[in-house]
Amino acid sequence: MKLSVSIQVNGRTYDREIEPRLLLVHFLRDSIALTGTKIGCDTSQCGACTVLLDDVAVKACTCLAAQADGCSVTTIEGLAPDGRLNALQEAFWTKHGLQCGFCTPGMIFAAQALLRVNGNPSPEQIRHALEGNLCRCTGYQNIVRSVQAAAAAGVR
Amino acid sequence: MATTVAAPARVFGSGIRRREDPRLLTGTARYTADFTLPGQLYAAILRSPHGHARIRKIGSSAAKAAPGVVAVFTGADTEGVLQSIPCAWLVPNSDLKVAPYPPLARDVVRYVGDAVAVVVAESAQQAYDAVELIDVDYQPLPATVDPEHAVKPGAPQLHGEAPNNIAFHWTVAGGDVDAAFKAAEVVVRDRIVQQRLIPTAMETRGALAHYVPATGELTLWNTTQNPHIVRFIMSLVTGIPEDRLRVIAPEVGGGFGSKIPQIQGDFITVFCSMKLGRPVKWIESRSENYQSTTHGRDHVQDVELAATKDGRILGLRCTVWAGMGAYLSTAAPGIPTILHGLMLSGPYKIGAVKEDVYGVYTNTTPVEAYRGAGRPEATFMLERIIDRLADEIGVDPVEVRRRNLIPPFDNGFDVITGLKYDSGNYKGALDKALAHAGYEQLRAEQAEARKKGRYLGIGVSMYVEICGLGPSQVAGAVGFQGGLWESAIVRFHPSGKAHVFIGSSPHGQGEETTFAQIVADELGVSVNDVKVVHGDTDITPMGWGTYGSRTTAVSGAALAIATRKIKEKARLLTSHLLEAAVEDIDYANGKFFVRGFPDRHKTIQDIALMANVAWNMPQGMEPGLEATTSYDPPNFVFPFGAHLAVVEVQPETGHIELKRYVAVDDCGPQINPMIVEGQVHGGVVQGIGQALWEQAVYDANGQLLTGSLADYAIPRADVLPDIEVLSTVTPSPHHPLGVKGIGEAGTIASTCTVYNAVIDALEPFKVQSIQMPLTPERVWRAIAERKGA
Amino acid sequence: MYSADFDYHRARSLADAQRLLAAHPGAKLLAGGHSLIPLMKLRLAAPSAVIDIGRIPELRGISRSGDSIRIGALTTHAELAASADLQKSAAALAEAAGLVGDPAVRSRGTIGGNVAHADPASDLPTVLVALDARITAVGPKGERTISADDFFTGIMTTALADDEVVTAIAVPASVRGQGSAYVKFAHPASRYAVIGAAALVSIANNRCSGARVALGGLLPHASRVRSVEKALTGKPLDAAAIEAAAALAQADLGSNVAGDIYASAEYRTAMAPVYVKRAVAAAAARAGLA
Repeated sequence: MKLSVSIQVNGRTYDREIEPRLLLVHFLRDSIALTGTKIGCDTSQCGACTVLLDDVAVKACTCLAAQADGCSVTTIEGLAPDGRLNALQEAFWTKHGLQCGFCTPGMIFAAQALLRVNGNPSPEQIRHALEGNLCRCTGYQNIVRSVQAAAAAGVR
Repeated sequence: MATTVAAPARVFGSGIRRREDPRLLTGTARYTADFTLPGQLYAAILRSPHGHARIRKIGSSAAKAAPGVVAVFTGADTEGVLQSIPCAWLVPNSDLKVAPYPPLARDVVRYVGDAVAVVVAESAQQAYDAVELIDVDYQPLPATVDPEHAVKPGAPQLHGEAPNNIAFHWTVAGGDVDAAFKAAEVVVRDRIVQQRLIPTAMETRGALAHYVPATGELTLWNTTQNPHIVRFIMSLVTGIPEDRLRVIAPEVGGGFGSKIPQIQGDFITVFCSMKLGRPVKWIESRSENYQSTTHGRDHVQDVELAATKDGRILGLRCTVWAGMGAYLSTAAPGIPTILHGLMLSGPYKIGAVKEDVYGVYTNTTPVEAYRGAGRPEATFMLERIIDRLADEIGVDPVEVRRRNLIPPFDNGFDVITGLKYDSGNYKGALDKALAHAGYEQLRAEQAEARKKGRYLGIGVSMYVEICGLGPSQVAGAVGFQGGLWESAIVRFHPSGKAHVFIGSSPHGQGEETTFAQIVADELGVSVNDVKVVHGDTDITPMGWGTYGSRTTAVSGAALAIATRKIKEKARLLTSHLLEAAVEDIDYANGKFFVRGFPDRHKTIQDIALMANVAWNMPQGMEPGLEATTSYDPPNFVFPFGAHLAVVEVQPETGHIELKRYVAVDDCGPQINPMIVEGQVHGGVVQGIGQALWEQAVYDANGQLLTGSLADYAIPRADVLPDIEVLSTVTPSPHHPLGVKGIGEAGTIASTCTVYNAVIDALEPFKVQSIQMPLTPERVWRAIAERKGA
Repeated sequence: MYSADFDYHRARSLADAQRLLAAHPGAKLLAGGHSLIPLMKLRLAAPSAVIDIGRIPELRGISRSGDSIRIGALTTHAELAASADLQKSAAALAEAAGLVGDPAVRSRGTIGGNVAHADPASDLPTVLVALDARITAVGPKGERTISADDFFTGIMTTALADDEVVTAIAVPASVRGQGSAYVKFAHPASRYAVIGAAALVSIANNRCSGARVALGGLLPHASRVRSVEKALTGKPLDAAAIEAAAALAQADLGSNVAGDIYASAEYRTAMAPVYVKRAVAAAAARAGLA
């Protein structure tokens, strides 16, 4: 079975014929060649594939592309279209919130989702908000500092 | 009137943000899985579901007929094309038995995950669909998974070449250990299991191979820590000459040792491209990664310590059964031997040591380096047995350590295992950790808490580690089948901007920044004007890779020397251009000037232009401003530190709360303290993972029961406290910048620090030992057993 | 990982979903996808067709009517956790929903999908049993309502027929003198419950006038511990009484507790009273007795 979907990604609409089993993360990476979204596991644990789907942070590996039909998706490529980092990216840069960078796109969206609902989170609240995003390099501490810095810079 | 002018902030030692980050933060960095070439095919590998079995027959006709399938290959197809995967650390005097390690299994599979067949198809989905259609007739064989049991009579045998599954037996000895034990007033013993761990770099392994039959050239994008070693080994296995083999390590998403070895999937992918003449990509799923990419640790250790009643250590004796998995991975034999046994005496004066290490084949995933590689296992053994001694003689564990520490030294200290430590101030690190943590106060709080039925524990661990691997002559002497030197090229362009090319291959550690800082610091250019290039064997000079905390220590030294060559050439050219004697040319803040006449100067940018246009060069001087250095270190470097943890244990359930963690590490002068701190954070947390959560579990048949991230627990953000990071600075006497390594330090120290804290918390219950990871159930059982006893 | 191929149908209404179910025997319903998609990726489930009910408007929303709170099947865990109505009148449910998985999972996973999947280590079933929730399902024969006690029947099995769709879950709103709580021992990797304990207690005249206590993660499905409930009833809910009652949980569990490589059956059984005690104490505190 082939399925027609129309998904807006970073403000641009993509119409594609897909297999129903195509996951959103594969749609992004393979169908429209936005490879910034990463795949780190196969059991919905690691969060590397986290994107915004209609402004909600979701794991793109646990969502069919068909479920995103007609929806709007924001990926890491959509945050600095002119090459200028947004304030959240800037905070991760300044606070050394990344090392190998593989978990970073997902971390950014998990952090963004938190700051939308809590503009002044405590370190503990940040750690809880990041519980679904695994990082093997940083020990999370500088990610927590990054999110604090972003909050202080007014990121919501 | 005297005026004070603030010295310009030195870029060496400055916590500037990283040059590599903008691409990583915007999704524009490209990891291996992100590349797609025209005409690319996808490979999916069928892996053994059995820990040990004979392959009777492989039926692949249905898979071959499936939609999109281009080819199905099995081990038989590789006959005469692929050689056995070599082991590259042939530890001498150990009766080493290297069994054949076929890239695709021939007749027997020896672990769950052993590669059996590969499907190549037009899409990844089609390849995975067709893998399901391959019909393999297995005759299951008995399996053995525990390294201690595998050597016993009657255990299932993996390889005819290795009777009793013993891959090697290696011994290290120094001093008269029998005499030490005879003289001992106190002997304490322990049995420690360093459980098997799964490195879990967030990026799984993968490869994209593009072989062009017309030229015989192969380009391989590979998630590796050491592209030059990959080229070397890939050439040996495939027969493709090194000059026609280009290995690119693009962005690499962490390694922690698991991206040192060449694994079956790499060779299979290359083989498919060679056979089909098209690009072929293979990317592991996480579950596949857990089976097929290497694991770490897996030691069973029997250790005993001889001491006097007042806590002076006389001797250490131990036997280790080190699981190697089903085949000897690239560096595997060197890890429980050279990187482990030689570090047995740690930061202490110990007059006699002896260790027997048995490397053992088992029906499990091959074991390799995992962050720390051998040193965490040595540090744990020593730091744990010292706590046992302290408990036995009733002296504070910190005091026992103090009584045995090697006094401060700045240029060499010979230890009993034959190594010469470069420099150390162990007491300094210990004092700083205790003072910062408020050790006496913590002990008082602990006593108070116990009165209220709360169980706080304080754990201390020290370490000294061997890194900056290392002198190539030593590498050869200990059987490493390669060198351990590094090279760097510094090339200034006419506009004064520079490229640095290095042979090592960072993958998250930040050397694109710290190495630019080295050049900037020497020559006064901006960090932003120095681009560091790595990870492409066609472009970069020879180097042996990024592991063993060696990149800054070895590659960084090569770069510092190359940069100084540039500086010397610039001085000569300045002298020529300004018509001044070379002895009169001074350098400061990016300017070469005539002594006493600061206005008569050339900047490094001036010199870069003049050297590149070469209109007016001194006689005999080559044009251009470029220098190359290959650096073979005279010794290893030996970072050290002292860590302290505070935990609280709930006896009711066995839950552990990690309340505080203090790390004092000494890696010499820090090029970028922010990056050093980040390395400590990550390293400490990985070590905590071993203490509290992580373990690869096999059943008796060799099934991996922790086969995904839903079963294998790596640390998450919400279960950790902030790490309090401090440092002391003891330069290495032999390194041009005095620096040591910091990549593994945290991991080496933290496992035992947390473990000691937990056992300390349980002191009222007289619990002495709990197998790691310290799950609530294990803690609860240990308490229950002591209560029963 | 790639699931096996399947056909996809999107239902526009409940009636549409039922038509599609009838037309495609063996089809699976897909709501948030957080139970089904992981199984399909690992090829542990390979339905021939998937019917996406995720956009049916009538299955959404939390509304209060009288003494009951109706929760549409498509309500996400995040919405449950954030609901002021639930926080006030079914605190254990909001609390449990906030402990499911992680934030991204909570944003997609739904209560309807969760109960239909009936994972024995899931959080919500335990709470629904304790709160005496009622699950409404619609099938070819019409609508029916099943009590949570009867709904969960085994490991990933329920009283639901293949052609029925869960439409809503109703929980009684707590009244003055009632409180509920959920406490969890989470698996460090999966975040599922090693043990989950939920309690609803009613207090009158400083004594427990009724209690419902359930455990998850131990038995094939979320189950009440009736000896504990009985022992609590009529007692003042002080620490000693709670501890004594909670101890009876072990006997209720019997020998059917399942263990795994992380936590053995023996340990889980031994821990059950601890978590029951904590849940009851927290519920009692909410009921107005500290």
